[in-house]
Amino acid sequence: MGSDNKLVQFKECRILRDHNIINEDLWVRNGKIVNPEKIFFDEKITADTVIHCKNNIIAPGFIDLQINGGYGYDFSFEDKTEEAISVVGKKLLSHGVTSYCPTVVTSSVEVYHKILSKFKRKEGGLHGATVLGTHVEGPFINPNKKGAHRASFIRSYEQVNDISVIEETYGSLENVQIITLAPEFPNSGSVIKYLTNRNIIVSLGHSTSHLSEAEEAVRHGASLITHLFNAMLPFHHRDPGLVGLLASHNIPRSIYYGIISDHVHTDPAALRIAYRVNPRGLVLVTDAISALGLYEGEHKIGPLNMEIRDQKAYIQGTDTIAGSMASMIECIQFFMSATGSPPEYALEAASLHPAEVLGIQKQKGTLNFDADADFVILNDTFDIQSTWIAGERVFSI
Amino acid sequence: MRLVILDSSKEVSEWAAKYVMKSIHDFKPTKDRYFVLGLPTGSTPYGMYQKLIEFHKAGKLSFKYVKTFNMDEYVGLPRDHPESYHFYMWNNFFKHIDIDPKNAHLLDGNAPNLVKECENYEEEISQAGGIHLFIGGIGPDGHIAFNEPGSSLVSRTRVKNLAQDTLEANARFFGNDISKVPKQALTVGVGTVMDAKQVMILITGTNKAFALYKAVEEGINHMWTVSAFQQHPQTIMVCDENATLELRVKTVKYFKYDLKKKMIVNCYYTSSLNMVSGDLRFTYLKAT
Repeated sequence: MGSDNKLVQFKECRILRDHNIINEDLWVRNGKIVNPEKIFFDEKITADTVIHCKNNIIAPGFIDLQINGGYGYDFSFEDKTEEAISVVGKKLLSHGVTSYCPTVVTSSVEVYHKILSKFKRKEGGLHGATVLGTHVEGPFINPNKKGAHRASFIRSYEQVNDISVIEETYGSLENVQIITLAPEFPNSGSVIKYLTNRNIIVSLGHSTSHLSEAEEAVRHGASLITHLFNAMLPFHHRDPGLVGLLASHNIPRSIYYGIISDHVHTDPAALRIAYRVNPRGLVLVTDAISALGLYEGEHKIGPLNMEIRDQKAYIQGTDTIAGSMASMIECIQFFMSATGSPPEYALEAASLHPAEVLGIQKQKGTLNFDADADFVILNDTFDIQSTWIAGERVFSI
Repeated sequence: MRLVILDSSKEVSEWAAKYVMKSIHDFKPTKDRYFVLGLPTGSTPYGMYQKLIEFHKAGKLSFKYVKTFNMDEYVGLPRDHPESYHFYMWNNFFKHIDIDPKNAHLLDGNAPNLVKECENYEEEISQAGGIHLFIGGIGPDGHIAFNEPGSSLVSRTRVKNLAQDTLEANARFFGNDISKVPKQALTVGVGTVMDAKQVMILITGTNKAFALYKAVEEGINHMWTVSAFQQHPQTIMVCDENATLELRVKTVKYFKYDLKKKMIVNCYYTSSLNMVSGDLRFTYLKAT
């Protein structure tokens, strides 16, 4: 529909607006959500197209801030970057994801230089979900909490005598939206300041940080925690570590945190704890790997041999989980069943909250007037019926 | 004048909505011949709008060939303010029905020239061929639209200063801050409403009982502007039991009897009836 000035009315639907699901029509023109009252009284025109939604729910399109790949592609492998974006970006539409941050795990300096320039920010459409910029996890992380990251590529801030090392490590930061780093090293304050001044979101993770260090990092500008509970110190009552940020009173603004609600990476009880302690900061991320969307059996992805059994991705021949393979809509469904949260909340945790992290909540993650018309239509059991970007249907069942 | 007394405000809403539907259907509007409605806002007509929406959604009623003119609007209140009548009409009625936006008329309280706006409104009404059915509510002081006590009974659409009583009563809609209440409104005049072919006035609740008594049992008086409709050839007042509390038993019995008769002979109000006319009872006896 783009910018053809056509007015479209989605009728007989319930829409998620301002934290509530309400009986309301949704009006779209030129890729934006518009205020029908203004049009009625000022322009005195009716819709060019009326779409009947069979009383389904319309929610803002989902935003995944952390996804490593899917459908056999891994964003961190230097070959086929463009192909990965084009295949995964398109497949994500079927999960209701309309925007995402392709995520690159700790890699060699050569790989950063080679691939980060290829993840250009790109408006979504029929070709795939919007690329909001890259989430670069590492390499300034703690080797003791490396998770699945390669230890040999991890760098420490001791090497950062001059801030220019940052740029030398990543190459261009132009396409980078989020950087995950561990805040417990000297110099981290100046690195965080440097990055946030460049409008990069600093996320804390893969870290053994104590709470006080984490608070200091937030005061320097960090605003997000990477996959809460995973790759950080476990909660300890005398030093709650990164987890403690959820209830900290010593930070200037409340923290956002990504959480993997895939029934593997975070126990339902841990989901409930986070949800009850800090509901406003909870951001659902899939952290999905190349196994997302693949069938059961053995797969070879880049240098990795993987085996999918019981909807879990294992390193072949072991019981080691290789990563998450849940789609965003599955994470939402699982989150609701695990926490008993209302659907309004779970849907916003996958849309409004991540948009707020990036400061784009006026354009995305909302169905308010003048926002981008990126949304999903869901039935009563929260299965995706169709996905829309800029008012255009980009997926339907 | 006819007074329809019903048990509850819910029945008033339903009765009024059915009456509107029947009026539109009987008129058989087409693209060359529009039915023209005058519309009120407020809590009393809210239930009627709900019913009309229900009829529309059930496929029983279309507003495709209906033009509407609203009674009034505040001056200087942003159109998207929840107390503006534009906001009310859009949210409680227009967005739910199939009316063509070109046919929905409201006074613009933010117009650069308010006098001109009012003159144009009168002009638009006459260009539409006049109003077939004007629906109104009344205030506890017997005002219709913003024709407050003391308004001329032959007034036309104009700018009105609101009475202190009205400002105080409205303060609750503006955070109990009287300084935020608009001091002026644009309103159709009593004469404008009197020009309509039919007028239907909805009155519910005990707080309107004294006004109803003034409207029905006392003489025509510009301090109770709704009383002007005693001289309108086709006015129906639709009220609930609570609103009759200040009426004489005689009046209530007379009109209840009237309504029963209507139901028995299953005929709708079509001609001018006057409460003092003895013909009614005679008609009833003959009909049974």
